[in-house]
Amino acid sequence: MDLSKAKLDLRGGLDRASLWWSLAWQDTKQRYRRSFLGPFWITVSTGVLVGAMGPLYGALLGQDVASYLQHLAISLIIWFFISAVINEAGSAFVGAEGYIKQVALPLSVHVFRLLAKNVVMLAHNAVIIVLVLMFLPPAHWGDVWLFPFGLLLVLGNLFWIALLLAVLSARFRDIPQLVTNIVQVAFFLSPIIWKADMLSQKSRFVADFNPLYHFIEVIRAPLLGEPVHAVSWIVTSSFLVLGSVAAFLVFARFRARVPYWL
Amino acid sequence: MAVIEAHNLVVEFPIYSFTGHRSFKKSLLNLATGGILAKDAANRVVVRALDNLNFEFHEGDRVGLIGNNGSGKTTLLQVLAGIYEPTVGDLIVDGRITSMLGITLGMDAEVTGVENIYLRGQLMGLSRRQIDAMVDDIADFAGIGDFLNLPMRTYSSGMAMRLAFAVATSVDADIILMDEWLSVGDAEFVQKAKSRITQMMEKARLVVIASHNHALITDQCNMVIELEHGKIVSETTRAR
Repeated sequence: MDLSKAKLDLRGGLDRASLWWSLAWQDTKQRYRRSFLGPFWITVSTGVLVGAMGPLYGALLGQDVASYLQHLAISLIIWFFISAVINEAGSAFVGAEGYIKQVALPLSVHVFRLLAKNVVMLAHNAVIIVLVLMFLPPAHWGDVWLFPFGLLLVLGNLFWIALLLAVLSARFRDIPQLVTNIVQVAFFLSPIIWKADMLSQKSRFVADFNPLYHFIEVIRAPLLGEPVHAVSWIVTSSFLVLGSVAAFLVFARFRARVPYWL
Repeated sequence: MAVIEAHNLVVEFPIYSFTGHRSFKKSLLNLATGGILAKDAANRVVVRALDNLNFEFHEGDRVGLIGNNGSGKTTLLQVLAGIYEPTVGDLIVDGRITSMLGITLGMDAEVTGVENIYLRGQLMGLSRRQIDAMVDDIADFAGIGDFLNLPMRTYSSGMAMRLAFAVATSVDADIILMDEWLSVGDAEFVQKAKSRITQMMEKARLVVIASHNHALITDQCNMVIELEHGKIVSETTRAR
């Protein structure tokens, strides 16, 4: 285990921000190359999804359509971001095999690239959030300043999750499949198309013991003008600390092995 | 003082998907080319691509690596580049390495030549500002004119190679690692490319080239290392 080399790798990754931003931007543009709307297809498709699902599910769940639409738009967009990072983490190193075997870049560059790419996607989707909040403003804006802190906490958590999954998936190729499966189930088990307060007191644990609920909540609640429960801050921050330590140790132990596994 | 120094350097690739039959394993063990198939301490099958290498490269050396396919030339370059850390043994590198192992690395057919110059340059560790200063020189050398502002997929394969070559050779390098790739473009460009490489090599402190072209190696290098099955079988040095 070589802690200092792992630290150097992470720092080197941060230093190459302009490289991974370029690559991330490239990844995004590549998908929409030569289409008229370009990356704004992300915005359009999310908009259509929210517009179609909102009224239907709002009615199905017996909710006030306006508040349900707010909830759904923001929840879905945050979920798209979180789930895409977790789903794609398994291929962060495997997919970058060509780079890794030809040029000695810090491995963390590929993880930063993945995060950056999904931040670009999130930014395109954020247009929908802005539109929804413009037409359906929340009851009060008092807590909106907490939003950047929530987002940063989640970004930090996603970084260690992605780093850990990237390393493990390079060695065990079943992990990405397993992760996809779990993420799919998590979508239905997390309060995204439903709300946590629809649960009865007895089944509240479904949300409370789901870390993803807290991840979503620290970003979502400030935007909806709802208070963020202390529990959510505590869960996301302790996940950040413990997870980062665990991921760093795994990374330090296996970093040098990753190119051999590809 | 040595620029690159290796002691008992070993590189072993684990083979995880290997679930073959015993007899199949045996027949693999008798293969004529490639590294040595062996078992490591945990009884996994491994390919020993580099086997206990010891060498020292000094300031000003031009090192040529020769050997059959699978003798370990490319793997050795990858280890020197810092891509693989030695499984066993030490490698001490004193200097900044520019590796030119894959010449088209990171180039994207869908974006313009100029954008590709930036992508590739950043991969080689240059800042955008440094690249700004080099774009004209690169464009000039590649000699592809206005195509530079068109997507690379509109290029002929020769033009794409010329651009890739021009970018790859535009950095001032300290230590250069090259895997054989002198065959770019038409006869005229090959001449241009040769003189550019020679120029670049003259500026570098240390050059390591792997090649099957013995004439090139004897012409350019003062130290020739022959590899076979991941071992050094001969090492000749002559004064420069």
